[in-house]
Amino acid sequence: MFVVVVGCGRVGASIAQSLIDDGHDVNVIDQNAEALGRLGDDFPGHFIQGPALETTVLERAEIERADAFVAATNGDNTNIVIAQVARDRYQVPFVIARVLDPSRAKFYAEQGLTTICPTRTAIEMMESALRAFVAESAEDA
Amino acid sequence: MYAVIVGGGKAGANVARALLRMGHEVSIIEHRPTRFATLEAEFEHMARCGDGTELFVLEAAGTARADVCIAVTGDDEDNIIIGQLSRDYFGVANVVARVNDPRNQEHFDLLGIAPTVCATESILALIEHEVPQHSLVHLFSLRRENLDILEIGVVEGSRADGATVGELSIPDGSLVISVLRNRVGRVARPDTLLAAGDQVVAIAEPGRESDLMEIFAGD
Repeated sequence: MFVVVVGCGRVGASIAQSLIDDGHDVNVIDQNAEALGRLGDDFPGHFIQGPALETTVLERAEIERADAFVAATNGDNTNIVIAQVARDRYQVPFVIARVLDPSRAKFYAEQGLTTICPTRTAIEMMESALRAFVAESAEDA
Repeated sequence: MYAVIVGGGKAGANVARALLRMGHEVSIIEHRPTRFATLEAEFEHMARCGDGTELFVLEAAGTARADVCIAVTGDDEDNIIIGQLSRDYFGVANVVARVNDPRNQEHFDLLGIAPTVCATESILALIEHEVPQHSLVHLFSLRRENLDILEIGVVEGSRADGATVGELSIPDGSLVISVLRNRVGRVARPDTLLAAGDQVVAIAEPGRESDLMEIFAGD
């Protein structure tokens, strides 16, 4: 499988590395050249520096032949727009976008975009940890 | 009419002023605190501080009852999201968006955000209009109608040179609107006589350029 990952922060770099470890091909896009340092020295894929909103940058990352596209920049709106561009313009079969704002993540999910909301996940996990603690305290009392 | 303007820079603030003068109701949303303070001093309760790509901010501004949403921030991805949220989430009938980088125009088109306004494109069209480098110039696109307003120079020895508008077999899907000669523009009539050096403005469906060029430029 060939995957294009946009945003080489903690999330993007880590996803790119695991895909490589699983034997897949990966190209990574990031606006900052320093982000390349987050990938291992022996990273076999291409690293393209530039704004992912530009189609020339997406095309240099060979988006046309991508089986999957990961939008994981630190901008929610950038992720939502490039994910739709990947899906609607380049017909990438599987597209996933990170969206930190729970309400935008929910709305675009309803519109058919696969969105992942780390904030929502954090809220749910912290709530459930607190509920477990409350239940435990009630039992002890 | 009620207009929600997102982006309180020069464009947003001037659109707000113009709409207010015309007697309309406006809200103007700006997220930069210092810029917001300036806007608040002028627009008072009509200025709102917040990120206009957040649903709760748009909701608090009453976007659901807006007749038009105007997305004029300095970021194209934000303007696209504002356009989509106001149209698809709040059901706003009219969306106008600013394109900051003309290379992003194709994303607005792909995602159906129209009409759009792009300063760079407008300046280029004006330069072409004032100092024509080509005999055919795109002056303006009516995106919803899918029609272009074109300006074409009449070239010496072409079919149009010395003919009336009515004599020319203007191709279907196009229409001559006006003729500019010696800095005087006139609405074109069938008996309007054309001569080399005239600037003709036509409205046409996309793809008629080469037919029109053949008539007016003879190639």
